[in-house]
Amino acid sequence: MTATDITEAEHGHPGDAQYILIAVALAVLTAIEVGLYYLKHDTATTAVLLLLMALKFVIVVGFFMHLKFDSVLLRRLFSGGLVLAVFIYVVTLFMFGAFHV
Amino acid sequence: MTDLAVSHDTPTPHATSTGISNEKVLMWAFLGSECLLFGALISTYILYRHRSVQGPTPHLLYDIPFTSVSSFVLLMSSLSMVLALAAIQRGDERRLRVWLATTATLGAVFISGQIYEFTSFIRRGMTIKTNVTSGAFYVLTGFHGVHVTIGIIMLLSLVNLSVRGKIPKARSEIVEIVGLYWHFVDIVWIIIFTVVYLIP
Repeated sequence: MTATDITEAEHGHPGDAQYILIAVALAVLTAIEVGLYYLKHDTATTAVLLLLMALKFVIVVGFFMHLKFDSVLLRRLFSGGLVLAVFIYVVTLFMFGAFHV
Repeated sequence: MTDLAVSHDTPTPHATSTGISNEKVLMWAFLGSECLLFGALISTYILYRHRSVQGPTPHLLYDIPFTSVSSFVLLMSSLSMVLALAAIQRGDERRLRVWLATTATLGAVFISGQIYEFTSFIRRGMTIKTNVTSGAFYVLTGFHGVHVTIGIIMLLSLVNLSVRGKIPKARSEIVEIVGLYWHFVDIVWIIIFTVVYLIP
């Protein structure tokens, strides 16, 4: 990556107003999560809660941490650790019978 | 090698073959490894959440409205952190200090909430030794709290450096690196809030 690429990536960052909009979206998603908690507890609600959690995660990593605009190398470093962690622990939880299939 | 030559024009003090500073690469690698640490702690909690033979368990004691407000506070601290970075990238050192101090304050509010929650749980009979679920709960949320506290110390150090004029626009990357750590602490809480508190 050249310095020009870096500069272009920096220009692609959202502005202050967009950051505030993103924070409002995160707050709304959190409010929906809490609302779902009080609504009912079933498998579908759990699935939606996990989806909302993943969405908030991606928004913060992508926009606030700028990974959406940053180098592929950084994306690989972080997603490498994340994917490895998810894989290892999901397998471990299945092995110990944490999920009833 | 052409990249190296061009990189001399960038504000980063040392040119690297990737065009990205070593400190930033190191922070992302560290955050990738932190996924494994928190993954282990979250998995342990999931594994032990329904295996207690004596109560009370955390689910009986959770105050969801209170924790929701704490989560909102931590989310908003991510906003103030990113606004601090945007300010210094524009060269606005005064706003940098304002947003950094705001972020540290919001982090302190979150930690105060966690201390209140822990105290309340202990008074109601759930200590770290009460059962396996409470043990896993305190270790997970406690580790997260320690990370937030370290983040607050780093933020206050940045405010101190900025007051002394040591964070000009050209050194904005130091704010970005601390910001990455802070946002990571926030995303870990996003997972904890859903998996530990909201999913029964």
